[in-house]
Amino acid sequence: MFTGTGKFSSAEVMEKALLNSGSELVTVALKRVDVKNQQDDILTHLKHEQFNLLPNTSGVRNAKEAVFAAQLAREALETNWLKLEIHPDPKYLLPDPIETLKAAEELVKLGFVVLPYIHADPVLCKRLEDVGTAAVMPLGAPIGTNKGLKTFDFLEIIIEQSNVPVVVDAGLGAPSHAAHALEMGADAVLVNTAIAVSNDPVAMAGAFKQAVEAGRTAFEAKLGQIKQHANASSPLTAFLD
Amino acid sequence: MKNFKEIFDQHDWDLDKASIYAKSEKQVEIALHKSERNLEDFKALISPAAEKYLEQMAVLSHQITQKRFGKTIQLFAPMYLSNECQNICTYCGFSLDNKIRRRTLSTGEILTEIEAIKKLGFEHVLLVTGEANKTVGVDYFQKVLSIVKDHFAQVSIEVQPLDQDEYESLIPLGLNAVLVYQETYHKGAYKKHHPKGKKSNFDYRLDTPDRLGRAGIHKIGLGALIGLEDWRTDSFYTALHLKYLEKTYWKTNYAISFPRLRPHAGGIPVVDMSDRQLVQLICAYRLFNEEVELSISTRESEKFRDNVIKLGITSISAGSKTNPGGYAVEPESLEQFEISDERSPQEMVAVIKKQGYDPMWKNWDGVLSL
Repeated sequence: MFTGTGKFSSAEVMEKALLNSGSELVTVALKRVDVKNQQDDILTHLKHEQFNLLPNTSGVRNAKEAVFAAQLAREALETNWLKLEIHPDPKYLLPDPIETLKAAEELVKLGFVVLPYIHADPVLCKRLEDVGTAAVMPLGAPIGTNKGLKTFDFLEIIIEQSNVPVVVDAGLGAPSHAAHALEMGADAVLVNTAIAVSNDPVAMAGAFKQAVEAGRTAFEAKLGQIKQHANASSPLTAFLD
Repeated sequence: MKNFKEIFDQHDWDLDKASIYAKSEKQVEIALHKSERNLEDFKALISPAAEKYLEQMAVLSHQITQKRFGKTIQLFAPMYLSNECQNICTYCGFSLDNKIRRRTLSTGEILTEIEAIKKLGFEHVLLVTGEANKTVGVDYFQKVLSIVKDHFAQVSIEVQPLDQDEYESLIPLGLNAVLVYQETYHKGAYKKHHPKGKKSNFDYRLDTPDRLGRAGIHKIGLGALIGLEDWRTDSFYTALHLKYLEKTYWKTNYAISFPRLRPHAGGIPVVDMSDRQLVQLICAYRLFNEEVELSISTRESEKFRDNVIKLGITSISAGSKTNPGGYAVEPESLEQFEISDERSPQEMVAVIKKQGYDPMWKNWDGVLSL
């Protein structure tokens, strides 16, 4: 499970919740942290063996700005991992597919491990894979909405077609949504709002951890097929026997 | 080219006002139960009929705001650069007809102020001036921005309206947001309160957010001053303006303020809006628009500010000085208006934390825009 660091009531609560989530990859918005400040509240609370930082470019509006911000993040946070987010629309924060593809191509060439946040668009996912992204991060629903897997049918296609890990990002509002994503074969999920805004972020983080583990185990154990009817007692082809 | 005036001209103040006051409890209840609310719902929510639903509105506003913004409150500080002004505004301490000593901060003085504001912890500064185009014009802003941007993560301005190309020249220098309040959308009242100076041109001011949108600014702040005309009708027009801008300039963020007039050199205004009604307005904006930033300044009282943190507000100023040089250079120079909440930023931080919220000093970075 990937986790986000926004919207928490304090850096202390964030730290406890993320530790309890078992998450090893936590994304931080460049706009929120002061990379020049050793005492930055968020970064200080993420200094744990367990956490690897995944800087994100939230706030940029095009490929040019994203590439610039990415280079700064790499230098300041000493990681070439990057969650590429280009959502010029501040209302629904929906990702711009054209700018994202452009930026991804350039960032891969610059040696970044690029994880792009995108719409659940199977063709776009293949295009991103072609330019060399390390994973794809399609959305389940608009960010922060808690609506769950609204893009289910397209996520199925993406998971079926993808040669890179598929991380369902955005819109997951309940542990059951996360479990569902893992059951259907997603490699990971990214969760933030559902944990940060709950009444008990630490407990909710633990609930998501269990859901993700359950979902993954179920996927590996192969779920039984869903059947609408019981098997017919007199099969139509029985006369051939 | 599209502009808001086309939409504005199709409206009639008296008719809109009458329709707000005619909203029924039934219409309020319908508005409360919807998931997406339109301008007619907004009218219902700011109407007298909605007053008895205030608690319900507050609960919804609280939930929606947390979902979008989390448990955070952004902090910013105004930095007044100049009190020179060629306008007469009946409600403002800087008005041309007030016999006060005028001053505009020099580069050295600005650096002194920056240092004082930074010491308080701020990363977001709002630069404020009157309107004196000869001494405090675009070249002054260019000069100031190139100094200020190196010290703050986010720079906003609240100055006279400018032309599109002037805004375009300031954005690459680090300008992130522009606040430009219409003051009132009632043309007659606007004329009465702004009898002299460039500001008396209602249409030029009304067109300013369009010019900003075309220039590609990141954030536009809108608002109507409360105390000039009927607050409900003025707020409806603000919402109408917001709706139009969001659809037209879809890459821009928006913020709304609801400044109630305060005592100032030249007068003590009569403001016909209770605390209950301001809470109603804040919640109505939130129910109408989940994404818009809602900001509250030190004009409001301590008790009021402490309690609205949870009700839909997303950003506040703290420890504000409303006079040029107020933080360090000349604390005693004349202020634009009297602030109400005089607590320091550190005291506000404690209040925010006590409410279970994270005080957010930084929510932008200059490197994010080229």
